[in-house]
Amino acid sequence: MKKALSLLIPLILVSFSTLGWAAKEETIKVGLIAELTGDMPAVGASCKNAAEMAVKEINDAGGLQVGKKKMKLQLVVEDNAGKADQSAAAAQKLITQDEVVAIIGPNASRYAIPAAEVAESSETILITPWSTNPKTTLDATTNKPKKYVFRAAFIDPFQGKVLAKFARDDMKAKTAAVLYDVASDYNKGIAEVFKESFEKLGGKIVAFETYTTNDKDFSAQLTKIKDTKPDVIFLPNYYSEVPLQVQQAHRQGITAPFLGSDSWGSSELLKLAGNELEGYYFSTHYAADNATPIAKKFIEDYKKTYGNVPDDVAALTYDAFGMLFKSIQNAGKADREAVRNALSTLPGYKGVTGDMKFQAGSGDPIKSAVILQIKGDKFVYHSNANP
Amino acid sequence: MTYWFQQILNALQLGSIYGLIALGYTMVYGILTMINFAHGDVFMVGAFFCFIAAVMLGLPFLPTLLLTILGTALLGTTIERVAYKPLRQAPRVSAIITALGVGIFLENFTLALAPYPQHIPPLLDNITWTLSGVTFSSLQLIIIALSLGLMFLLDYIVYRTPVGMAMRAISWDKTFVPLMGVPVDSIISITFAIGAGLAGAAGTMYGLAYPVIDPYMGIMVGWKAFIAAVVGGIGNIRGAMIGSFILGTVEIMVVAFFPSTYRDFVAFTLLLLLIVIRPYGILGQPRTQKV
Repeated sequence: MKKALSLLIPLILVSFSTLGWAAKEETIKVGLIAELTGDMPAVGASCKNAAEMAVKEINDAGGLQVGKKKMKLQLVVEDNAGKADQSAAAAQKLITQDEVVAIIGPNASRYAIPAAEVAESSETILITPWSTNPKTTLDATTNKPKKYVFRAAFIDPFQGKVLAKFARDDMKAKTAAVLYDVASDYNKGIAEVFKESFEKLGGKIVAFETYTTNDKDFSAQLTKIKDTKPDVIFLPNYYSEVPLQVQQAHRQGITAPFLGSDSWGSSELLKLAGNELEGYYFSTHYAADNATPIAKKFIEDYKKTYGNVPDDVAALTYDAFGMLFKSIQNAGKADREAVRNALSTLPGYKGVTGDMKFQAGSGDPIKSAVILQIKGDKFVYHSNANP
Repeated sequence: MTYWFQQILNALQLGSIYGLIALGYTMVYGILTMINFAHGDVFMVGAFFCFIAAVMLGLPFLPTLLLTILGTALLGTTIERVAYKPLRQAPRVSAIITALGVGIFLENFTLALAPYPQHIPPLLDNITWTLSGVTFSSLQLIIIALSLGLMFLLDYIVYRTPVGMAMRAISWDKTFVPLMGVPVDSIISITFAIGAGLAGAAGTMYGLAYPVIDPYMGIMVGWKAFIAAVVGGIGNIRGAMIGSFILGTVEIMVVAFFPSTYRDFVAFTLLLLLIVIRPYGILGQPRTQKV
C-alpha cells in the first residue's frame, strides 16, 4: 500500500501540472536559463530579476501588440545550476517540452556555448545577454555564424583590444602579466586577445599564468608574477575569484595595479573583496552613473522593485528581452522562424546598454564599451572605449 | 633565491591547510577503519560557522575559532549518531555510501540557506614583513603553527591519555573491547567530535586565508586532504601531516617550474608513483587481517 501510494502521488502531481500548462493559450512563452545556483548565483539572480521586470512591464500594459492581437507573455525559468550539461538540458526542455518561442540566457560563456548548440540544432532563437566569447554565436565545425543564436553583449576580441589599448595608453604600462582560468572559455578567450593586442601595441607580456576553475590558492602563480615585476596585472576572471587573487597578491607584497574585464561588474565583487580593489579599472557594458534617459528609467524601476542598482547582467538581460519583443512585433506573429528573421534585421535598437545593431549575417551586435573605476563601494564611470 | 623561499612559504601554508583536514580523515579511519567522505563537507560547514560567528555575531578571532570548533564537533557527533551508528554492523561499503550521502546533504542544505559565496572579514590584523625580498604574513605563520600544534595535541590525546588508549583498543578489536568495560559508543562519539572539530579549525583558518567561501568548497579540498592522508599512511597522525606537506609542496613547485595547467596532472602522477612504491603510505603499516 505504502509503495503504491508513493508511486501514485508523483503521478497525480504531474498530471495536475500538465493540466495547468494546457489551460493557457494566446500567450507567448519565453524561456530563461539562468545561473540561479552554482558558482555565480548573483549573475543568475540579476538575470532573473531583469527578466521578470521586462515581462511584467509588458503584461501590466495589457500584453504585447502582435499583429492585431494583444498577447500576454509567460516566462519559463530554468536553473542551470552553474553547469554546462544542465544548461544544454535546460535548453532542450524549454524547446521541446515548454515549446518556447525563444530562450534568453545562459549568461556565462561556458554555459551559453552548450545551450546555443542545442538551440541552433533545434532551430530556436537563443539570445545570451552576457556571454562574450565569440564561439557562442559561431558554428563549431564551419566557424560560420549560427543562424539562431544572438547576444546582447560585445565580444571578447573587442573587449581584449579595448583593455590592451587602455593599459598601454591610459595606464602607460610597458609590461603586463595575465592570470586567468584556463578551463573557462570566457577567461581564456579574452586573455589571449589581450596578450596579442598588448604585444601589437608595443607592450611586453612578462607572465601568462593559468589556473583551473574552483582553485582557491594562487600563491605559486602570484609569486611567479611578482618575480617579473609587471606594470599592470590583468585578471579576466569571474567576480567570485578576483577578490581571492587580489588579496593573495597583496599579501605577497605585489603593488602593481590590477585590470579587469566585464566579469568584474557584479555588485557582489565589492562585498567579497572588502576594500582590496580600490582604484582599479575594468571594462564593462554600461555605467549606471552615466546613463541615457532609457537607462535612467530602467535603473529607477529596477531599484524600486529590487532595492539595488542593476548590474550589467540585469541591463543586458533587459535589452535582450527588449530586442526580442521588438522583433516579435516586427514579425507580426510569434513564430520562431519569422521572429528570427525580424531579429537579424532589427534596425538600430536603443537599449539600456547603448545603441546596438546586429552585424549583417551574424548574432553579434555592434556597440561600444565603457571603462569603470572602483571607488569606495561604487563603480564610477571613467570613459567610453572603442579599439 | 628569494623566489624559492617565497614558494616554499606558499607550500607550507597550503600543506598546513590540507593537514588540518587530513588529520580528521586519518583519525576516523585509524579508529573505525571507515573513510568518512563527509569530512570535506563538515570542513565547509565549519567555514560557514566561522562566517556566522564572525559576521552575524561579530565575534573576534579566538571566540570565533572556539565556537566553530564546538559547532562542528557537535555536527560530527550528530552525523555519527544519526547516519553511521545504525550501520556499524553493515558492510563497509554501506557506510561509505552513507558518508557520501551525508556530504551531498550538507552541501545542498548549505546551498539552500546561503546560495551566494560569502566573504569572511579579516579577523586578525594581517602584518606582513619583508625579509630580504621574501614576504611573510602573520596569518601564514599562525596557520602553520596551528596545524602543527593540533597535530601534536592529537598525537598526545591518542597515545598518552586513557581516552586515546580506549580509541586504540577499539581500533584493535571491536568485539571484545566492550566486554572489558570500554564505553564504545561514547569513545566513537569523542572520535568524531575531535575529527569534526579539527575540520572546524581548518574551516576557520581556510576562511581567513581564502576569504571567499561557498557550499562546494569542501569537495576538492576534501579529496586532496584525503589523498594527502593516504600518501602519509592513512590512520597515522604524523603521516597525515607529512602527506599534506608533500602534496602542498608538489602542487606549488609544479606551478613554479611548469605552466600551471600541469599542476594537478603532474602532482597526482607523482603521488600515484609514491603509492605504487609504498602502498601503505609513507608511515603506514599493513594491517594484519585477523582470522
